[in-house]
Amino acid sequence: MIDWTSWLDYGFMRSALFAILIITPLFGLMGTMIVNKKMAYFSDALGHSALTGIAVGVVCGMQDTSLAMVLFAIVFALLLNKIGSANTASTDTIISVFSSCSVAVGLAILSKGGNFSKYSSILVGDVLSITNREILYLVVIFGVTIVFWLVCFNWLNAVCIHRALAKSKDIPVKVMDNMFAVLVALIVMLSIKWVGILIINALLILPAASARNLSSNMREYHLFSVIFSVFSGILGLVLSYYTNVATGPMIVIIASVIYFATYWRGRKDR
Amino acid sequence: MRKIITPCGFHCIKVNHLGVTFGEQVVLKDVNLHIHCGSLNAVIGKNGAGKSTLIRAMLDDIPHTGEIEFKDTKDGRMQRLKIGYVPQSVNIEKNTPVSVYDLLASFESHYPVFLPKSRKVQEKIRRALRVFEAEDLIDKQVCNLSGGQLQRVLLSLAIMDEPNLLLLDEPVSGIDQNGMELFFETMDYLKKHYDLAIILISHDLDYVRRYADHVVLLDQTVVKQGSAKDVFESAEFERIFAIDKEERWIKEERSDD
Repeated sequence: MIDWTSWLDYGFMRSALFAILIITPLFGLMGTMIVNKKMAYFSDALGHSALTGIAVGVVCGMQDTSLAMVLFAIVFALLLNKIGSANTASTDTIISVFSSCSVAVGLAILSKGGNFSKYSSILVGDVLSITNREILYLVVIFGVTIVFWLVCFNWLNAVCIHRALAKSKDIPVKVMDNMFAVLVALIVMLSIKWVGILIINALLILPAASARNLSSNMREYHLFSVIFSVFSGILGLVLSYYTNVATGPMIVIIASVIYFATYWRGRKDR
Repeated sequence: MRKIITPCGFHCIKVNHLGVTFGEQVVLKDVNLHIHCGSLNAVIGKNGAGKSTLIRAMLDDIPHTGEIEFKDTKDGRMQRLKIGYVPQSVNIEKNTPVSVYDLLASFESHYPVFLPKSRKVQEKIRRALRVFEAEDLIDKQVCNLSGGQLQRVLLSLAIMDEPNLLLLDEPVSGIDQNGMELFFETMDYLKKHYDLAIILISHDLDYVRRYADHVVLLDQTVVKQGSAKDVFESAEFERIFAIDKEERWIKEERSDD
């Protein structure tokens, strides 16, 4: 018979559980705005830029490539925002160009000398190897996000609904856009090692997208999104332990199942 | 919003030498307007005449030259102009979980909309909605509102912080004849009972003729302005809307067949 609590006997599993309990509500929260603002592609590009960030760190000879990654992502996010608002070509084309370009540069530098395998773990991520110090980073960004959300969410939503209208009400439109982009960059970079470049965007988008299928106002939207996110995270971790599958993909599979289950409900309603 | 018996008539808004250029294309040049509180001012013109650009420039949403003054004519004191803006539509597509409460609270309150509703904020929103008989819409999803309902909600939002000037971009679609009648009656009520001026971008010349106190005919610059009668009977009006008339005439002839 399977013992359903045995996984908690391991220290690394307890750390992983703790990390997931911090990351997933954050993803649920951020996802609501990313989906409403139609920034799914933007956050995806940010995730991919992690490779370039590491490469920049390696080139500069930095010990801690996480710092390089975070700094690069912030610059990248602000740059994308600036170019996107200039309205010269369609935004998705621009993001795609920047994203592919930065991935190519990153891959080129990291694969030089033939030792890319050293970095391949970041593609899939590994939440089981998280250390206490890294959990502390997550706790800090969790706090920052909650405060930002409490103070600025209304403005973010207003800007998303109508920029000129928000401006007429003296809402700092550009500052809001940039702060949100930087926060997405920070969260993506701090959690990418545990979730993996290939699937991090799914975790940001799926819970909010599922919640959208069921909700008719902001309160339901947030509640469902956070619940779906945390639920997929915990169940994914436990199932990955018993099935011996990487944790990140397992979480995304569960989140996808929830999405498809709610999709029909969403269709039926409207 | 403060309700008054009659507008004081001592406030005026002046737009001086307003100009907008996109790249090398001059969209607006040397636009001068003088607007009094308690008046309904309609801006008319053909497509591409720069009507929407004028609104965006007045909102400071796009770079422009010239300036906008807001003056108390009694003592000549300059004040900060508060603009209530009613856009044509909002960026809320089908299926978006934003209720009317969420929409208004996001713009007008700091109390986060994702937390349980605050009674205070809700009361404030209800009061604004009541002015436009839209109170029962408060829990409706914005994406499911009809054109007329959305407009009433946006009007409520525009007047929530007691603006001196109401800028309206009249929606071209989604409002039926009854809705239009109701809309212009509301405008009439607003200008008579609240201390504000209204600038309305309108596409419906018949309603403008009936309701507007001051009509501005725009084509890159102010071609003609004055009372509805003056503008509608002017040679400039004839020239700009001549082709339209022909089209209408052709349509009428066709329907006669």
